[in-house]
Amino acid sequence: MSSKKMAIIASKGTLDMAYPPFILASTAAALGYEVQVFFTFYGLQLLRKDLSTVMVSPLANPAMPMPVPMPVMVQMLPGMESMATMMMKQKIKKHGVASLQELRDLCLEAEVKFTACQMTVDLFEFDKSEFIDDVEYGGAATFIGFAGETDICLFV
Amino acid sequence: MNFDKEFDLSGLSCPMPILKTKKALADMASGQVLKLISTDYGSVKDMQAFANQTGNTLLSTEESSGSYTFYMKKK
Repeated sequence: MSSKKMAIIASKGTLDMAYPPFILASTAAALGYEVQVFFTFYGLQLLRKDLSTVMVSPLANPAMPMPVPMPVMVQMLPGMESMATMMMKQKIKKHGVASLQELRDLCLEAEVKFTACQMTVDLFEFDKSEFIDDVEYGGAATFIGFAGETDICLFV
Repeated sequence: MNFDKEFDLSGLSCPMPILKTKKALADMASGQVLKLISTDYGSVKDMQAFANQTGNTLLSTEESSGSYTFYMKKK
């Protein structure tokens, strides 16, 4: 029996938006799906060996719950991003939500295939040595080749 | 209910209860029963969905003061 398939495009590189692709990919793999994630544009940040630079910003993110209402003028002050990121990481820990690193490792362990967009690597002049080794590089046709055969296909 | 292995998932949020359940089942034999304890309300539906999609059997779900106990029989 051939397994079901799922493809995800991960295009965002912030701490909050990094979760959906890794959660869905690891879970689908646990449910027996063959999964591929295509990382493009800012999503490539999620392939860095060091994920500590992945942050969340309250700026232009009005749906983000804040402990106290914060005017945009305050949100743009230096250090606000680091503070918001630190606070979210504390919440993540407190509520038993896995870290990004842990979820990514679980994806790889479950043989989720990661493909990085070569065009984005060239565009932003990324250094491939900063990315984890378990990545293949390809383009739109690579993604569509797999996506065309999937049961679930998502853009995050 | 009799079980062969017990796994405590307390304090973990989605998707960890499912991922850990999958791992716990991996080194069990067909027909064996895994007892799971979770504090995640979302696991009530998720465990059923996991069973439906993987062919394992969810024998029962019990709730007791914010804690959920599942018995999962391996396919």
